Amino acid sequence: MRNNRSLFANIDWTLVLLYLLMLFFGWLNIYAANYGEGTHNLISMSSEPGKQLFWIGTSFIWILLILILDGKFYTTFSYLIYAVMIILLIGVLIVGKEIGGAKSWYEIGNFSMQPSEFAKIGTLLALSKYLSQLNINLGKFNTQIKALSIIAIPILFIMLQPDAGSAIVFASLFLVLFREGISNIYLVIVGFAIALFVITLKLELQTTMAIVTIIAGLFAYLLKKNKNSVKPAIISLILALGFVQSVGYMYSEVLKPHQRNRIDLILGKIDDTHGAGYNLHQSKIAIGSGGFTGKGFLDGTQTKFNFVPEQSTDFIFCTIGEEWGFIGSIITIGIFMLLLFRLIILAERQRSAFSRVFGYGVATILFCHFFINIGMTIGIMPVIGIPLPFFSYGGSSLWGFSILLFIFIKLDAYRMEILR
Amino acid sequence: MSRSRYANRRLFFYFLFGVSATLLLISLFRIQVVDDSYKLSADNNVIKAVTLYPERGYIYDRNGELLVTNQRAYDLMVTPRQVKKMDTLNFCRIINIEKEYFDKQFSKARRYSSYRASIFIKEISKQTAAQLQERLYEFPGFYLQERTMREYPQKSAAHILGYVSQVPDYILKKNDRYKKNDNFGMTGIENSYEKELRGTQGIQYLIRDVWNRSKGNFQDGKYDSLAVNGKDLELCIDIKLQKYAEQLIQNKKGSIVAIEPSTGEILVLVSSPYYDPNLLIGRSRSPNFNRMYKDENKPLFDRSLLAEYPPGSTFKLLNALIGLQEDVIYAGTRFSCDQGWRFSPKLKIGCHAHNSPLNLTESISQSCNAYYCYTFRRIIEKYPTAEEGYDNWRNHILSFGLGNFLNNDLYTGRKGRVPSVDFYNRQYGKKRWKAPTVISLSIGQDALVVSPIQMANMCAAIANRGHYYTPHMVRKINGEPLSDSTYTIPKHTTIDKKHFKTIVNGMEKAFTSKRGTAKTARVKNIEICGKTGTAENPHGEDHSIFIAFAPKENPQIALAVYVENGGWGSTWAAPIASLMIEKYLTDQVSNTNLESFILNGNLMDKEDEK
Repeated sequence: MRNNRSLFANIDWTLVLLYLLMLFFGWLNIYAANYGEGTHNLISMSSEPGKQLFWIGTSFIWILLILILDGKFYTTFSYLIYAVMIILLIGVLIVGKEIGGAKSWYEIGNFSMQPSEFAKIGTLLALSKYLSQLNINLGKFNTQIKALSIIAIPILFIMLQPDAGSAIVFASLFLVLFREGISNIYLVIVGFAIALFVITLKLELQTTMAIVTIIAGLFAYLLKKNKNSVKPAIISLILALGFVQSVGYMYSEVLKPHQRNRIDLILGKIDDTHGAGYNLHQSKIAIGSGGFTGKGFLDGTQTKFNFVPEQSTDFIFCTIGEEWGFIGSIITIGIFMLLLFRLIILAERQRSAFSRVFGYGVATILFCHFFINIGMTIGIMPVIGIPLPFFSYGGSSLWGFSILLFIFIKLDAYRMEILR
Repeated sequence: MSRSRYANRRLFFYFLFGVSATLLLISLFRIQVVDDSYKLSADNNVIKAVTLYPERGYIYDRNGELLVTNQRAYDLMVTPRQVKKMDTLNFCRIINIEKEYFDKQFSKARRYSSYRASIFIKEISKQTAAQLQERLYEFPGFYLQERTMREYPQKSAAHILGYVSQVPDYILKKNDRYKKNDNFGMTGIENSYEKELRGTQGIQYLIRDVWNRSKGNFQDGKYDSLAVNGKDLELCIDIKLQKYAEQLIQNKKGSIVAIEPSTGEILVLVSSPYYDPNLLIGRSRSPNFNRMYKDENKPLFDRSLLAEYPPGSTFKLLNALIGLQEDVIYAGTRFSCDQGWRFSPKLKIGCHAHNSPLNLTESISQSCNAYYCYTFRRIIEKYPTAEEGYDNWRNHILSFGLGNFLNNDLYTGRKGRVPSVDFYNRQYGKKRWKAPTVISLSIGQDALVVSPIQMANMCAAIANRGHYYTPHMVRKINGEPLSDSTYTIPKHTTIDKKHFKTIVNGMEKAFTSKRGTAKTARVKNIEICGKTGTAENPHGEDHSIFIAFAPKENPQIALAVYVENGGWGSTWAAPIASLMIEKYLTDQVSNTNLESFILNGNLMDKEDEK
């Protein structure tokens, strides 16, 4: 009789502990990032640490609600939730508030809400639902198209905001399809496409095309005895060349100048510490100056004196790097690794495909945020404005990630009661 | 537990996560542990060295009158990133600039940095700053930074004092004690006593945030130092006399230099045309400077130190003294003069009409040319060769401080020229010149040139009967008398004291004798000794020259007056000299007719009419 059991029965305490640990460490760093500005009264509803406490508290209410709700709820209403989220994504384009050139926020009273943070949940629920159908076969083209569409529809509306960062996160859900059996050719193609993309931007267009042709030539020579491979090889070559061409076109015609700048900065094609490169430059200084052991809690000078922009949201890792040093980096990355590995392990032990897909989805989304966010603060990724889960200041993202994680924790706790 | 299909693909996720984490950790290790440069950048970000500016030293005259002081001025600073939409036109109106200039300055500031403040407009006046201050809240991103600017309450002595400006690039490059926008004395006393006047900057290390707001002292001020104000100077100048001299020589080109013979202190140093030193401060400096630079009368040119003229007849004094010292003439020697001296039909030196023959004293008071042609020949021809004779003569001349720098505390100067043996060897060929060839030297012409201050010094040496003190401008630094031996040890000329008596008598007779060249400039009850001169000017009217000292015994003032294109020495220069002397010694002027004639005399318009 499951209803007699405690709310917290069967839940994975490892995940819960890691979650609480991240909230705590994240909040300390938000506090430190704001410290020095008017040192008193940091814990009030007018300061970021104070508000973040409120967000943490309200997240706990969400969590309680999630644990109370029956596990079936998510499978039953997943498409409905997905539809509501899509409507919210469309609505924000119409009535949303424009911040920094993007219409990504609803404004309700004093609070702002970013629907794309919640759309992740809906999309992942819908994807899980679709992929958990009996006799689903990702080898079929039709199924592939449907699965991809579930991911692509929210991406389309998010691109209209535009919010490239969130779009990339949604796109990462493709990895879940890979786990569920889509042909690894796709993964290889995506891998190659990313590699070609970087090479094309780094080198000149013509140079890249020459390299691609030479490599294709080598392959053709190696495979000359295998007549059957000639045709696909030629097609691949043509596709690759076309791709390189279109990357060049996209780069110069589709990307906005500031986006081009960010990519150029990462590739080292431009060196600019005051204009477009200011954020990155200051971010690296903050993290780099932390040294091995860091400057100590509340003793960071770069973040405390606002040299790093958006230091409690997207650039919260700067405070960690500066005040906690390389040790802090190891701890943060270590916690994320424990969380991600635990998520995969738990996902694999699910009996239902729904829960498994959902678990992989949560891991993929968190990983994507984690890698892009930290990568961007140290200059190995372009500056893409997405938060560091559970660390960055902000209600929408904290709610969104908490809900994602705890739906999975609930699903996991509920796994024994699912018969198939 | 049974694995679902494709469960092996979980390994791909482990691999992806692991590789990514490793990549991040390697990058972090590199910038946090291996590379030290970020720590330095962080300090540069946060620790701001704030310069504490010392007050530049004040300058007084010999009677304690304040000549140079400081006034508050303001630099308008801008931090481009903080600038919001504002009423630019109104802003321009308040600070009185054009919109184009605003745009130009703004983009300049932005090129420097969007985040850091830089100077938008430097040195705006107190009044403008006050007006702007009230409304500054309308213009976020702009603020006023205080600095000091010179002020010249006497509106006089511009050439002496010089001007202060932002340190020029060539100084910045070679002297790392200066930073951009520091004050620097460019000319005059401001330049030659820059070291004493500038003081020492203090430094304060502050912790600043990204908006440059102070967040307290770095390490509780352990490394801070205070500013030390510049030293005050007391000049030898008598500003009252200086101003009187400026009045006398107004509307004429030339210079007046007065020295106290017993000390070498420069009492007056005037170059005309002159200007109000207040023209060269603040924002008006550069337009005023350009205007004066292009002025054909060259007001920026300090004639008292830099102009070089032939000494003319004043030079006869030295030839007389050398003649006596070399025993080739004596007080009673007479030479006849038949309207000049004739060596050959081709070579003769004319002279004005006077009795003949004259003795030595009369030759000075009446300025006979022939007398000195004879004397000069005797001096040179006393020796077997012209070269030896000439060299000996020249050494006597050099001992009066002519032909070389005075090595004093003025920021500029000229050597002048007493031609050497080599000079004439080059001009005429070795052994192809003799005393008659260079006979014009006897009356201060030929290739001989001296500056007005050298002339005044020569006059002081005669007033002292054989020695002089290097003329100098500063007598006290922070109330302490100057101890430099350059100015306290007398320099002796090669002429014995006993020979001066006759010469000085002749100089006195220039005023007192019926036929004296300066009799119109005579002053009752003061024994003035003087000598007129006229420097030939190939470009126009001759220059009027006069040197004089007074009183005859224990002289208190020796001076040289040059009036360009003033004709005879007796016309302009002698009256100016005697008015100056009377004013200095008695603080009043008895001959007001002469005074108003001089005050109203205008030689610049006359030239314009031509």
